[in-house]
Amino acid sequence: MPEIRNYTLNFGPQHPAAHGVLRLVLEMDGEVVERADPHIGLLHRGTEKLAESKPYNQTIGYMDRLDYVSMMCNEHGYVLAIEKLLGVEVPLRAQYIRVMFDEITRILNHLMWLGAHGLDIGAMSIFLYCFREREDLMDCYEAVSGARLHATYYRPGGVARDLPDRMPQYEASRFTSKSAASKLNDKRQGNMLDFLDDFTQRFPKCVDEYETLLTDNRIWKQRTVGIGVVTPERALQLGFTGPMLRGSNIEWDLRKKQPYEVYDQLDFDIPVGTNGDSYDRYLVRIEEMRQSNRIIKQCIEWLRNNEGPVLTEDHKIAPPRRGDMKGDMESLIHHFKLFTEGFCLPEGEAYAAVEHPKGEFGCFLVSDGANKPYRLKVRAPGFAHLASLDEMAKGHMLSDVVALIGTQDIVFGEIDR
Amino acid sequence: MSTRAEQMRDALKAAFPENNSVRVELDLVVIDVAPDQLLSVCQKLHDDASLSFKQMSDLCGVDFATYGSAEWSTDTGNMASFSRAVNASSTGSLTFDTGLDLPATDQPRFVVVYHLLSLDHNVRCRVRCAASDDEMPVVPSVTPIWNNADWYEREAFDLFGILFDGHADLRRILTDYGFTGHPFRKDFPLIGNVEMRYDSVKERVVYEPVSIEPRVLVPRVIREDSRYATGESASKTESDAAKKNDA
Repeated sequence: MPEIRNYTLNFGPQHPAAHGVLRLVLEMDGEVVERADPHIGLLHRGTEKLAESKPYNQTIGYMDRLDYVSMMCNEHGYVLAIEKLLGVEVPLRAQYIRVMFDEITRILNHLMWLGAHGLDIGAMSIFLYCFREREDLMDCYEAVSGARLHATYYRPGGVARDLPDRMPQYEASRFTSKSAASKLNDKRQGNMLDFLDDFTQRFPKCVDEYETLLTDNRIWKQRTVGIGVVTPERALQLGFTGPMLRGSNIEWDLRKKQPYEVYDQLDFDIPVGTNGDSYDRYLVRIEEMRQSNRIIKQCIEWLRNNEGPVLTEDHKIAPPRRGDMKGDMESLIHHFKLFTEGFCLPEGEAYAAVEHPKGEFGCFLVSDGANKPYRLKVRAPGFAHLASLDEMAKGHMLSDVVALIGTQDIVFGEIDR
Repeated sequence: MSTRAEQMRDALKAAFPENNSVRVELDLVVIDVAPDQLLSVCQKLHDDASLSFKQMSDLCGVDFATYGSAEWSTDTGNMASFSRAVNASSTGSLTFDTGLDLPATDQPRFVVVYHLLSLDHNVRCRVRCAASDDEMPVVPSVTPIWNNADWYEREAFDLFGILFDGHADLRRILTDYGFTGHPFRKDFPLIGNVEMRYDSVKERVVYEPVSIEPRVLVPRVIREDSRYATGESASKTESDAAKKNDA
């Protein structure tokens, strides 16, 4: 009998299942993981330090690039912290728009997660289905902000602009025939809300399709049931939030418990798991997509019937309208000061958290009264989740590590910051 | 009717009668704790049923070295205003061979800030713990109380050089292997100290001193804003305005 010793395996940082740039040093006993030591920081850009050198409004764009699959939710946490210190009122219509885009973002994130997670543990086609639906939602991003991913749409005091009256159209080209283009444009004849409304009609059927592929699938269950079980007590100790915490049977959702914006006026349910394994977390996220769809529907209904401003009228914080600047000296000065110097926050400390698709995304802001943050700390949900990988992977097989990375919904933009 | 934060403030006051720093800031209860009491206070915050802070949301370091100093004094203006801003010694305009003239202050430089969450009472709490020595800031580790403090403390050590007494594995976490310095300190230049490139002659990656020039695009200014006047003066103006509206 040859002697079998533990050996060390290097996983990543350029492994497709490592979801970006995760380097895992695994101590293995045969095929069983004894210890997992994640090495992070390969994507560290010093966002928080950069924020200290820029006026407040110039950092919104950096927030998109933290968790780069749920862009607007990151912005939301940041602008909420600023608004808390400023004490500025956000118009109601802007609050509904924000909630609607938060939920669009949640679906975007969960679709990305579902596709990538499926792909990691052997389900190929789900990836293609998920990306089909992501396309429509990113078109909504594009319609309001001009960018499909890094939107920079939220502003302290509201959102950058109101919803557009028409959707961008496809044009016939070398790659798209005339008939194909007009077919693609069929659903884009109305305004953005019509387009999104059509999506919300279709989407529950799409989720049914995903579930047909996975929920009762034998292989899927073999790969996820009983993998990475976390008890409720441990989930709290490990700082879990979001679907990771709810998968462990703790009903905690900031949208319900500490409602921000208009979440307290909307009707939705919080799904929780019972076993705390990867399969439960999958079910929780699937149900969250359905609930997000419900919230979007309610927001569309409200936004259709209620006009109003979408950005605060306090021009010390938000720029005045273009037209006003042509004739009004005061507006011109406001615009000049806002874009050359920014605005000063009152001295103080604020912590604002939102229910991000991955968990609690918090921004801790220290202001000394200047036009730049003195210190900005981003509390990324993935950071706490990845820290628990050692505990979750212990005793599992090497291939389960991939399932665990998938179930934690790891994105390195937010973990490394 | 008192808010949840105010109720928690009273509960904290009852639990720590010797600590007179308990207060509500915006919507959060805040308590300042000295490093030698941190562990006992945190243990009580976690265990006591009336407090029950079972989860630590966040832990971060803050470097208060240049708190309240602006790059551009706006009280007096002269011809050199902008260049004065650019030359001022601040994080944004430091190079690797210039140091930061730290303003003399008797306040402790490094503060560790904990954000705690009580699910039972649905309330958050901020614990601030100032390290007593600026040269070698040491704070006890709270990993036995909240296990997820592990990585957060490694991060604070990496970025600020704050040492956590009792931490089992205080390695760097976010910066490069072999990195020197603590990048989030206020005397660390924004452009960094070294840059990296592939050297085709040596056929390996080499590190060199940074070649880019630091510059400040928007100077840091601190403005007195009457809208944010704190305390009595603010509430007085508010009540005056309310009276006007009533009339």
